[in-house]
Amino acid sequence: MVAIVAGLALVAAACGGGGDDEGGGGNASGGTVKLGFFGALTGPNSPQLGINIRNGAKLAVDEFNKKGGTQIQLVEYDSQGDPAQAPQLAQKAVSDKVVGIIGPAYSGESKVAVPIFEEGKIPNVSASATAVTLAANNWQYWHRVVANDDAQAPADATYITKALKATNVAVIDDNSEYGKGLADGVRKALASQGAKVSANESIDPKASDYSSTVNAVKSSGATAVFYGGYYQDAAKLLKQLKDGGVSAKFVTGDGSLDQQLITLGGPAAEGAFATCPCLLATSSEEEPSKKFVTDYKASSNADPGTYSTEGYDAAQVFLKAIEAGKTTAEDINTFIKTVSFEGIAKPIKFQANGEIEGSTIFIYEMKGGKVTLVGPVDEVAK
Amino acid sequence: MVTQFWASTIDGLTVGSIYALVALGYTLVYGVLRLINFAHSEIFMIGTMATYFVITSLGLSAPVGGFALAGVLILCFVAAAAASGGSAVLLERIAYRPLRRRGASRLAALISAIGASLFLQELFALWLSRDPIGVARVMAKSNLLTIGSGTVRTDKLLVFVSAVLMMLLLDRFVSTTRLGRGIRATAQDPETAVLMGVDIDRIVFTTFLLGGIMAGAAGVLFVVFFEITQFTIGFLLGIKAFTAAVLGGIGNLRGALLGGLLLGLIENYGASALGSQWKDVIAFTILVLVLMFRPTGLLGEALARGKA
Repeated sequence: MVAIVAGLALVAAACGGGGDDEGGGGNASGGTVKLGFFGALTGPNSPQLGINIRNGAKLAVDEFNKKGGTQIQLVEYDSQGDPAQAPQLAQKAVSDKVVGIIGPAYSGESKVAVPIFEEGKIPNVSASATAVTLAANNWQYWHRVVANDDAQAPADATYITKALKATNVAVIDDNSEYGKGLADGVRKALASQGAKVSANESIDPKASDYSSTVNAVKSSGATAVFYGGYYQDAAKLLKQLKDGGVSAKFVTGDGSLDQQLITLGGPAAEGAFATCPCLLATSSEEEPSKKFVTDYKASSNADPGTYSTEGYDAAQVFLKAIEAGKTTAEDINTFIKTVSFEGIAKPIKFQANGEIEGSTIFIYEMKGGKVTLVGPVDEVAK
Repeated sequence: MVTQFWASTIDGLTVGSIYALVALGYTLVYGVLRLINFAHSEIFMIGTMATYFVITSLGLSAPVGGFALAGVLILCFVAAAAASGGSAVLLERIAYRPLRRRGASRLAALISAIGASLFLQELFALWLSRDPIGVARVMAKSNLLTIGSGTVRTDKLLVFVSAVLMMLLLDRFVSTTRLGRGIRATAQDPETAVLMGVDIDRIVFTTFLLGGIMAGAAGVLFVVFFEITQFTIGFLLGIKAFTAAVLGGIGNLRGALLGGLLLGLIENYGASALGSQWKDVIAFTILVLVLMFRPTGLLGEALARGKA
């Protein structure tokens, strides 16, 4: 009896969620179209990445709106990067009738939110979720403008074995969809490149004390440490490793590529490396990147960060569709399947399964208190 | 099995000392009021925030040593003890005393505690930030000596020695002073204590104050050791500290020390044997096993029996 009442209540809540319909999507030129940003803007899960994407998308949307004609409204859905909060927020986005989603930002929330977007037939383009498993779900409305961890993990391993010349490596992950996926990929790639993984650890990002992990790494004698996770816990781990007397080189992935790795990690972050399928606009000398940096600074009052350019490019995917007169979710999705244009950092064209075509992985070093570009991994690690 | 014995021992004792200091707050309040003060984890968090403010306003650009370091630490301790002790007393006044006056059930006090905990967390999240807050280094973390696979570092030694010292002071206070006797009397039998002339309100005030001061000290040591704080920093540590209090015998001061140190050691030995991801599983399994065979904890509920 209670179950039936509860079930009815759930159904009522789900149906009643669309109450604030503002008649958004589906208008011809001159109307307002709603796009959504889905990701962490606040919270304990490294929200700077979400903020960067949102700011990049906002810049693109503002530029588009200045041209007149159809106006875009960018609605923000702050998931806090938490897969537990994502599903109901995704439901809200569907009932708000957005015609496209820039996001979800993280792989963990993608796993639970995208099925809801699939059901609601909302096209979504992620600027940053890199877990390989996401492409294997046969989703029709999902896309991403970054290379996945199948490209990033081997690049990490290659840099560790060829550039850092380490044969004894410790691999640590944060047990998340993204971190563990990336770390497992690195473990496999290292093994196939002949390096020994002498320590395997998982840490809890919510905990403060990683001393047992530090001891394990120390006693393994590893000369390089790889961490799959986000910058908040990477900073904590890095600090404790250095204080514990571990002199091994520290390599991590795109989730930890942020100035805050240096702010939170302090002097311990000096000399750490991070890969990314993204190109930080602040480290590129190309004209489009430099213009992007200037425009971004004017619009958001901050320097672009990791995935800012990808956020911009992801928004552009939708804007190109709307420019071509497509204003319903279904038309936009069909358009996206054949879209092809030059993004800020790379050409944007999607494969049939939603993955982007082409994949360059860049590697960065924390040098002199700043994130500096070393170069594309296939060029600097031969 | 346990491959890094000495390293695990040293690290276990260090983090266990912090658990022990926080556990004292839980155990004192439980011993006297039979209340699990869920907001105690936020009292600890307030202590870390006070330390952060002191260190940041001192504007230290490099670690200091000698008398300057002692000065900084004492200043932090005074600030944290005041902040945590003050918050604990305020908490009691606002969240628990009205319920006590009306003879409310212990469940009501528990719920009030949980509510206070959430309130304090959100207060700091909104006031400061939801992100982790890094703190500048105040003491040079140099290695003092190496024992087997482990290294005794200056900050680890500081944490352990400070915690044991605070514990000894508290133990002295409770066993020798009049207020201490009052605390033990109230823990044993509140009604008879009143008949014997004990001022219950004063005792409760002192209990919360002492627990708060211990949590404040723990906050200082935590920040000096980990150099980071966050509005959620109390949550996980509070659960572990409460577990330590139960492990040692809730309501037993020496039990809190033993429980804290033991929990720290077990966590690290377990993590060294099975991997860090098993840390919490092992700690709580040991707790369940101990409680199955000794429900009152390792040292028993001594505060109520008139012993500290």
